[in-house]
Amino acid sequence: MRLLVTSLFGIFLTLAAAGLASAAAPPGMVTLDTLSEHFAGVSFDHQLHQDLATCDKCHHHTTGETAEPQCAGCHQGRTTATVACRDCHSTQPFSAAFIREKERDRGRYHIDKPGLKAAYHRNCFNCHEESGGPTGCEDCHAKTPAGTVFYNPGSQSAKPAAGAH
Amino acid sequence: MSGMSRRKFLVTSLAGSAAVTLAPACKAMASGSFEGYPDGMGVLVDLTRCIGCRSCEAACNKEQGLAPPAQSFEDKSVFDQTFHGGQKRRTDENAYTVVNRYDPEGATKPVYRKSQCNHCNEPACLTSCFVNAYTKTREGAVIYNSKVCVGCRNCMIACPFQVPAYSYSSAFNPMIKKCIFCYETRLKNGQPPACVGICPQEALTFGYRDELLKIGRARIKANPDRYVDHIYGESEVGGTAWMYLSSAPFEQVGFDTTMGKEPIINNVKDFLGTVPMVLAIWPALFTGFHLLAKRQEHGTEGDHSNNEES
Ligand code: SF4
Ligand code: SF4
Repeated sequence: MRLLVTSLFGIFLTLAAAGLASAAAPPGMVTLDTLSEHFAGVSFDHQLHQDLATCDKCHHHTTGETAEPQCAGCHQGRTTATVACRDCHSTQPFSAAFIREKERDRGRYHIDKPGLKAAYHRNCFNCHEESGGPTGCEDCHAKTPAGTVFYNPGSQSAKPAAGAH
Repeated sequence: MSGMSRRKFLVTSLAGSAAVTLAPACKAMASGSFEGYPDGMGVLVDLTRCIGCRSCEAACNKEQGLAPPAQSFEDKSVFDQTFHGGQKRRTDENAYTVVNRYDPEGATKPVYRKSQCNHCNEPACLTSCFVNAYTKTREGAVIYNSKVCVGCRNCMIACPFQVPAYSYSSAFNPMIKKCIFCYETRLKNGQPPACVGICPQEALTFGYRDELLKIGRARIKANPDRYVDHIYGESEVGGTAWMYLSSAPFEQVGFDTTMGKEPIINNVKDFLGTVPMVLAIWPALFTGFHLLAKRQEHGTEGDHSNNEES
């Protein structure tokens, strides 16, 4: 877990392709690895998903048109400088600084914006669930050696014990 | 503070005869220290977001250095386990949090529910403990000092959520074990607990308890069809730091909806006030000897709670 925290602080491998997408043509493949620790990054086939859904399905309102009534009030028809998930969704949604900032800004409308990890998972997983896409963890990202130990700590301690006998 | 209105004297049988006889003389001690601190943190658990991945269980196991389980945390067959009386998995000394699966009537997909200590605003475990092993910290965590625990199990009986468990690794040194909100390693440094950090779905939202209530109400308002119009833990047993939103009626997904808004054993506060007297009358010999023996044996032992914090 400490690793995760460290990675949240430290790793900021930005997705240049996604960042430029509002101005340029949509990317083909995008690597989503900002948060990778227990799982490797995701090779996201943007082109494939573009063929399956409209932009606002994932990009809410940032590409201009939105079907979300909650976004539409303020954002309808307005493109933004960035469409990258990580530019709005924090990698540390529960950091002390961020929580204090929210507490101070009492009039804030977006009091419940998910962090980057949840933004990815909820967008992808929920849609996959509804549309019959893959929903297994490793269908999208391979487990790292750290992840293997994390999810099966018994496998680690079992091995030396077996060797000792 | 609104908490004050909750503090009505309520005699229940739980406190036992000693407390009932001694309580009236000691009512005055209920000096507002239990109704939850204004800066208390909490977690809002949204059952509609949980996918039952059990990552939170794995994160808890690692963070708290618990014994590795027999099965991997990816093993979903644990959701089919039932124990006596159809009881689903419960938290124990090796698992401070567990996720269970429920199939509520009419639901198109299963509902998963994470459980752990709810870190009550007015913890029954704390008020039932006559050696003051428990502390409600200003950050909202209910922690304990196992060095002073005498193993009487009052807290096990008192907790409305069946949370405190005992480690019987040593027959002479039973120790209470439960979720401490990652107090020592995280919460006191302003960080969310390990389970919150790992959750891929943000089914667990960490923040000031009063902010979480606002968020919870806003989610219900924005999606009235998705949620039952209730935040479990907002007022149950005097309010809890961990609260829940659900799409299914709470009683169908493992919640006890019969408990009132009053702290479960309000009168035990008075019981707590009588500690010196109760000690002299009832468990004095047992407790005294046990404490002495434990302090000599374990005086230098490391401990992950801190009773001085309050
Ligand atoms: S849930 Fe039980 S153990 Fe946790 S604070 Fe409340 S009474 Fe104590
Ligand atoms: S980590 Fe989150 S989504 Fe996974 S089981 Fe725990 S609460 Fe549910």
